[in-house]
Amino acid sequence: MLAILVLLAILIPVISPYDPSAQDLRAFLQPPSADHWLGTDQLGRDLFTRLIYAARTDLSIMVLAEIIPFCTGIFLGMLAGYYGKWMDNIISLVTDTFIAFPFYLIVIIVAFASGAGQRGIFITFMLVGWIVFARVTRGVTVSLRQQEWVASAQTLGLSGIRIMFRHILPNVLPQAVVVLMTDMVGLLVAIVTLGYLGIGIAPPTPDWGTMISDGQSFITTAWWLSAMPGLAVVYTGIALSLVGDGLADLWRRR
Amino acid sequence: MSHGLHIKDLTVRYDGVTALDRIQLNIEEHTTLGLVGESGSGKSTLARVVAGLIVPDEGIISLGDEPLTRKRSRAQRKKIQMIFQNPDASLNPRLSIRQLLSEALLFHGIVRRSELEQRCLELLARVQIDGSALDRYPHEFSGGQRQRIAIARALSVEPELLIADEPTSALDVSVQLSVLELFSSLKQELNLTMLFISHDMGVIHAISDTVAVMRHGQLVEINSKDRFFARPDTAYGYQLLSAVPKMPAGTYSRRDTP
Repeated sequence: MLAILVLLAILIPVISPYDPSAQDLRAFLQPPSADHWLGTDQLGRDLFTRLIYAARTDLSIMVLAEIIPFCTGIFLGMLAGYYGKWMDNIISLVTDTFIAFPFYLIVIIVAFASGAGQRGIFITFMLVGWIVFARVTRGVTVSLRQQEWVASAQTLGLSGIRIMFRHILPNVLPQAVVVLMTDMVGLLVAIVTLGYLGIGIAPPTPDWGTMISDGQSFITTAWWLSAMPGLAVVYTGIALSLVGDGLADLWRRR
Repeated sequence: MSHGLHIKDLTVRYDGVTALDRIQLNIEEHTTLGLVGESGSGKSTLARVVAGLIVPDEGIISLGDEPLTRKRSRAQRKKIQMIFQNPDASLNPRLSIRQLLSEALLFHGIVRRSELEQRCLELLARVQIDGSALDRYPHEFSGGQRQRIAIARALSVEPELLIADEPTSALDVSVQLSVLELFSSLKQELNLTMLFISHDMGVIHAISDTVAVMRHGQLVEINSKDRFFARPDTAYGYQLLSAVPKMPAGTYSRRDTP
């Protein structure tokens, strides 16, 4: 499912004869037809083309904005779990503080503060995205730490950092990746929401959120304008969750 | 006081409970001390303190003439290795046997990369495991084989003291014997100094030169093996010995000398 979407997003310039921003005012608000598979919007832009181009923007932002939080989260989580004591206290204090704030509140504040657009999303996610991973990793690390193979690595005289990366990391990664998949769904919805509220991706770059809000005014006459991007979000969400479940099953079997 | 392990006034407390109470213990070089005692008597705590996994509240542990610092250096850690009770838990499930064996060798610079393969094979041969094991993972082996691999890894850093904390207790009876035989032969071939913990008197009898008895965190008796098994000095030692179930006369032959 995810593969289909990614493939489409990569191949769209080849498949579609239309430009995502090209307006054709003679053919505005057309219902789905053979020429325009999902119809056109109020400016006569091909909806299917825009939808897939939007997938490009949204998915790539989603992946890019997850990479750094994923790494820092795991690193901090391992530090907290492995060394415990004051290290754990500090890191847990920070994560708990962030968790006390509703996610969207932080997102909207930061997005306003840093100005709309991709940069806002990146900054927000750098700030709050790592928390989930830090918490999960910390929990797993604390339980792994009791294992005798950690003790035996310690008696071998290996350094703490080495034990963390060579011994604990491979055991933490499966859980973290599964969490990554679910977290990506959340992030995607956040990106789309910001777009919908007008503080996310700036037009004319196609984005599912802005597409939904643009289509809203025509909801009675041209329902597909809002419905299709909405369905696209649902589709991607389900696809990501399925990948997460599949990976979890795979690792459990090993 | 030149070689061997020397423990003086070692005390460990957990939340007000005294787990180890002023332990005094010496293990001569190239000898094996068998440590017995019931569950909760502090045997494993002592092992972990000596291995540097628990920091003691008081007391001095020295290996040879060198007192071990509270926060041990890598070189100090390397000198004392430990075999754990459960070989399922003491080998990282996500590393291959090759990785498990070679990691410490490379980290401490014991062998050069070009000699690594050779050394790993030697280590496996020493514990009677086939060389084809190198690229397999711990879960592909039986408990006894895993314990052998754990022993090979502990030996890889050429320790001065080997601690074995109930190394046969988690194994099947049939496998226990062969692992025990391995310990005995390694002891002779490599002139190991060992701290061997068990609650099985038969195992202790087979492997030890000296026997030490622990009870409620205290060391109540230290005696040579022959004296302990013939006539223990303390009533508690006698009690432990008389608790060993015996087979009917005639069918009973213990693995005294492997």
